[in-house]
Amino acid sequence: MSTEVIHPDTHHVDDGHDHGDHKPSNFLDRWLFTTNHKDIGTLYLIFSLTMFFIGGSMAMVIRAELFMPGLQLVEPDFFNQMTTMHALIMVFGAVMPAWVGFANWLIPMMIGAPDMALPRMNNWSFWILPFAFTMLLSTLFMDSGGPAAGWTLYPPLVLQTGTSFAFVVFAVHMMGVSSIMGSINIIATIFNMRAPGMRLLRMPMFVWTWLITAFLLIAVMPVLAGAVTMLLTDHFFSTNFFNAAGGGDPVMFQHIFWFFGHPEVYIMILPAFGVISEILPTFSRKPLFGYGSMVYATATIAFLSFIVWAHHMFTVGMPLQGELYFMYATMLISVPTGVKVFNWVSTMWQGSMTFETPMLFAIGFVVLFTIGGLSGLMLAITAADFQYHDTYFVVAHFHYVLVPGSVFALMAATYYWLPKFTGNMYSEKWGKIHFWSSAIFVNVLFFPQHYLGLAGMPRRIPDYSPQFADFNMISSLGGFAFGATQLIFVGVVLHCAYRSKVKATPEVWEGSRGLEWTLDSPPAYHSFNTPPVVTHNALSRAD
Amino acid sequence: MNLQEKNRKVTRRLVLVAVGMFGFGFALWPLYTVLCEVTGLGGRAIQVSEDNTGAVASDRIVSIRFDASVNSSLPWEFKAKEKVSEFNLGVPSTAYYVAKNVGNDAIIGQATYNVTPPEASLYFVKTECFCFTEQLLQADESQEMPVYFYIKPDLPEHIKDITLSYTFYRHGYDPSDRSHL
Repeated sequence: MSTEVIHPDTHHVDDGHDHGDHKPSNFLDRWLFTTNHKDIGTLYLIFSLTMFFIGGSMAMVIRAELFMPGLQLVEPDFFNQMTTMHALIMVFGAVMPAWVGFANWLIPMMIGAPDMALPRMNNWSFWILPFAFTMLLSTLFMDSGGPAAGWTLYPPLVLQTGTSFAFVVFAVHMMGVSSIMGSINIIATIFNMRAPGMRLLRMPMFVWTWLITAFLLIAVMPVLAGAVTMLLTDHFFSTNFFNAAGGGDPVMFQHIFWFFGHPEVYIMILPAFGVISEILPTFSRKPLFGYGSMVYATATIAFLSFIVWAHHMFTVGMPLQGELYFMYATMLISVPTGVKVFNWVSTMWQGSMTFETPMLFAIGFVVLFTIGGLSGLMLAITAADFQYHDTYFVVAHFHYVLVPGSVFALMAATYYWLPKFTGNMYSEKWGKIHFWSSAIFVNVLFFPQHYLGLAGMPRRIPDYSPQFADFNMISSLGGFAFGATQLIFVGVVLHCAYRSKVKATPEVWEGSRGLEWTLDSPPAYHSFNTPPVVTHNALSRAD
Repeated sequence: MNLQEKNRKVTRRLVLVAVGMFGFGFALWPLYTVLCEVTGLGGRAIQVSEDNTGAVASDRIVSIRFDASVNSSLPWEFKAKEKVSEFNLGVPSTAYYVAKNVGNDAIIGQATYNVTPPEASLYFVKTECFCFTEQLLQADESQEMPVYFYIKPDLPEHIKDITLSYTFYRHGYDPSDRSHL
């Protein structure tokens, strides 16, 4: 299938340095000063995996404290710092950078571009992140402690964070700058660097979902930056944006925050939708069902994400009309999301399916993400939400869409493209062990939390009534097992990169379609120096 | 146009969008404030009038509940004299609160207010209120605090009960100050 593609290495004439891969040999030049999209993608992925384990170890502290009623291990204030930091690190440090990492690796290869449009800015947007998170994590070691008011940073509680609050705000600013630079780069790459013939509506779904995600990021990250800046001046410079005593309004922060916050949850899931739309067709050996409707459904979800924010704050005291509007608008999102799930199921329908690890994670995603979506619909019912609000039901809901949702999609993407990145096959046996133990333990971990929430257990509290003890113990055991299981993942990735003797073919998978599979495994350090000819066969869709 | 110029153009435009959205984040503050003043959302769009010229007496009666609370930074006791009373629409009326300083020093307090349902705040007219000014109480001093008000007679029919709520804060209260905790 790669016959029509002009291979870069054989047409390497006028760029003046045709000596093989010409990676910089010096370690600092290779990694600190790199402008290569593949290296930067690798840096992002390693960084996010590190953050995944740091944030995960905080989750272990939380589950250990909640193992039994009563206070055993940590002080309540430290517990609250753990829930807050766990969320900030997982959202901004693990999931988002991981998707940017995949975008860096894959988008140029998928659209036939030699690199990202703005390679120097690409280096910056990555190297800001380690500094931002060092700053954020350092607050745990300061006298006044880390932020403890939840990742939503609601005033007035968050204003009681001590002087370390300034570090939190600046860390959020830096994460925002990094995300915005990354998004500008991705949009410029997709708009300007596509190979001839790669029209917008022929792009792979992963590229489409990232294009829409990048626009969401540019629209909402600055709003978060504005909101935390107002908190900063309220805290240190005596402004009264959110101080009721000074004429401000703390509820207004919630409105501004969730104007960012709701699109943010789609920022974490849209690239996952793209990945699943790449993997299911490959292992079903069928083109994606309803490509066009997938693109429009993604765009519709992105648009709707801007007009539903107040469903996070049904209980603040809104007029009935407002409650109803936000309820119906929220429920409307299930229509395009339903279109997507329908298309995924239809893609598998009558396909000749095989169940390699990426496919298992993708199917696990479809099933478990749908459970998370369904509990989201329950929460959207404003009358019911008054019971569910701020209980473990909410915790169960968003962990179902984020862990077996976004994180499973990240795992699926890793298993799917890792042979392409490294040139070696991973261990299918250990991949499957990783999948099955993850899939089982994630349910042991989060499913009981639905019951806890319905029974009235509040979130963000280190202690609870003895009636909740059994389900909490089950949930904690599931949590420890799920956490330990992820060490298998690290083992599989390291083995694949350094030890595996099984070389990957360029196509890697029997049913793979798309330009990235026309390159060698691993691809040359600089690929598609000459734009490829986009053939019908190389695209992941049939029409 | 070559590739570099095209990339620069896209970058310039997107940077402008990002800067614009940063400004929009701040603009949300005045936008919400105006929205709340116009619609009564938030329950703070109480009307202030110098005199009772708009008060046209009506037979319709509403029940008003008077709620009082004190921020933890202020060592005051504060409550309404009558918790619930009934009032004729359009009739100038007075309600009394009582505040007592139970701390050891003279303190200046400032009250904020709120009306529920929020829609009713557009019809709630105050001619004089202790919440309009700062209030000084010496240690152990107790003081009666009146609110002069009337409800506009065109209050929507479905509103039968109104809650008027006050919260007293220490003057210049800073929520980031933890010293009183």
